[in-house]
Amino acid sequence: MASTFYGQIGANKRNSVLLALAVVLLLGLLGLLIGWAVTGDPRAALPSMAIAIGVGLVASLATYYMGDSLVLASSGAREVTAAEMPQLYNVVGELAVATGLPMPRVYLIDDTAPNAFATGRDPKHASVAITIGLLQKLDREELQGVMAHELSHVRNFDIRFSLMVGVLVGSIALLADFFLRFSIWGGAGRRSRRESSDSGGGGIQAIIMIAALILAILAPIAARMVQMAVSRQREYLADASGVELTRNPYGLERALAKITLDTEPLEVANRATQHLYFENPIKAATGTSRSLFSTHPPALDRINRLRELTGQPPVADVSLVLDPVAQAAALRNPAPGPLS
Amino acid sequence: MELLIILVIVIVIVVVFVGIYNGLVTRRNRVDEALGQIEVQLKRRHDLIPNLVQAVKGYMGFEQDVLTRVTEARAGAVAAGAQGPAQQAAAENMLTGALRSLFAVVENYPDLKASTNVMQLQEELTTTENQISFSRQHYNATVLDYNNTIQTIPSVLIAGPFGFSKREFFDAEPEAEAVPNVDLTLS
Repeated sequence: MASTFYGQIGANKRNSVLLALAVVLLLGLLGLLIGWAVTGDPRAALPSMAIAIGVGLVASLATYYMGDSLVLASSGAREVTAAEMPQLYNVVGELAVATGLPMPRVYLIDDTAPNAFATGRDPKHASVAITIGLLQKLDREELQGVMAHELSHVRNFDIRFSLMVGVLVGSIALLADFFLRFSIWGGAGRRSRRESSDSGGGGIQAIIMIAALILAILAPIAARMVQMAVSRQREYLADASGVELTRNPYGLERALAKITLDTEPLEVANRATQHLYFENPIKAATGTSRSLFSTHPPALDRINRLRELTGQPPVADVSLVLDPVAQAAALRNPAPGPLS
Repeated sequence: MELLIILVIVIVIVVVFVGIYNGLVTRRNRVDEALGQIEVQLKRRHDLIPNLVQAVKGYMGFEQDVLTRVTEARAGAVAAGAQGPAQQAAAENMLTGALRSLFAVVENYPDLKASTNVMQLQEELTTTENQISFSRQHYNATVLDYNNTIQTIPSVLIAGPFGFSKREFFDAEPEAEAVPNVDLTLS
């Protein structure tokens, strides 16, 4: 990964776009095979894809516009003013100055588990939320790092991006599901036999049918994996964009370490909203989970990418970030470099 | 038929041109706005200081000269606003130094440290200092975006003829690179 935040930002954006294109291609391929298998005519791909996308889109537009209030309400967040929480408000206000964007709304979540999230369809309608648990643990620099990460999610239009990918993935699932039901009921088989007696292309038809069936089973899983990969890329992007704002990776680094070392699960989070949070609130595994189905990259990787920006050596364990004595010892016995 | 093709090409060129020109204007305006925001933050700092001096005066009978230095530095910074960027930066730097001396001295007064009034004002000043830095950083970001646009193809072809010229980054003056003097003497 690059050693400047500009480089990291560029790489993360490219990767997430490429992954999203992969999902589009997958949807296209699935639609093509299904349309062909069902009707014996490759040109039937377009209407089947259009229907699937249309349904998914309508469902998602509702979440797009009402999303913020839904998420904030479901997590029990309450809005705070400058008078109530001056330091928190000021920290967010400073970042608003750095971005040149209007001040987002600031919410407090009454939970002792440390976490934060941001939501908003565009930077002019942004909200950030933080738990009391996190607010108590962090100092001003670390708080600013976390808030910068969250605001960067909004600045990079991550909500919109994730929604688009979500629509596509949902369409793939819908299309595959519909096709599998259809073929189980035998409709496709009958029609293809009729077509083949007319056109004589029975052999190809059968192969296409099998291919469509296999893809219909695998595609939703593959799409979900890609969706999670996109989510991880956007998390890295938010880290790097946050550094672009604060010009200070140390705060974010320490905040990540502090949050990872606290294993208390966030009570108000659930699988539907986990991708919005700063660090994965569903802590079934430890902070080193590298599952392909994880919405967040492992904290250690995020920390080491941040350390690259300041030329620091990577750490092997999250706790070393907060322990200066251990770090000094590690520096005295450095690991061999790539050329030694 | 050929006339139609020519017409379409002309329309496309005009649309592209308008898009690029508007983009240049928007970016230049952002640079000007960011410059104005820096002034806003500096003024906010000037306005906060009389309250701060008032709050600590009662506790810090001995430290009159530190307070006097802060008040004088503030007056100097306000006056320097009219004198140009170099003098302004130098005056603001002196004010920063005076404020740091003041807060270093505050550490010696436990009553003062416990006073919520002073802590609030300290947070206010911290956030104001940060906002000044961030507004300068944002100004540099808008200048970067604007300069990149007027220097890259294709906008470079339109920028020159229409009077869009390069803007300078905010650069801390040489005086600002000197570490502010924190004077802790009680004389």
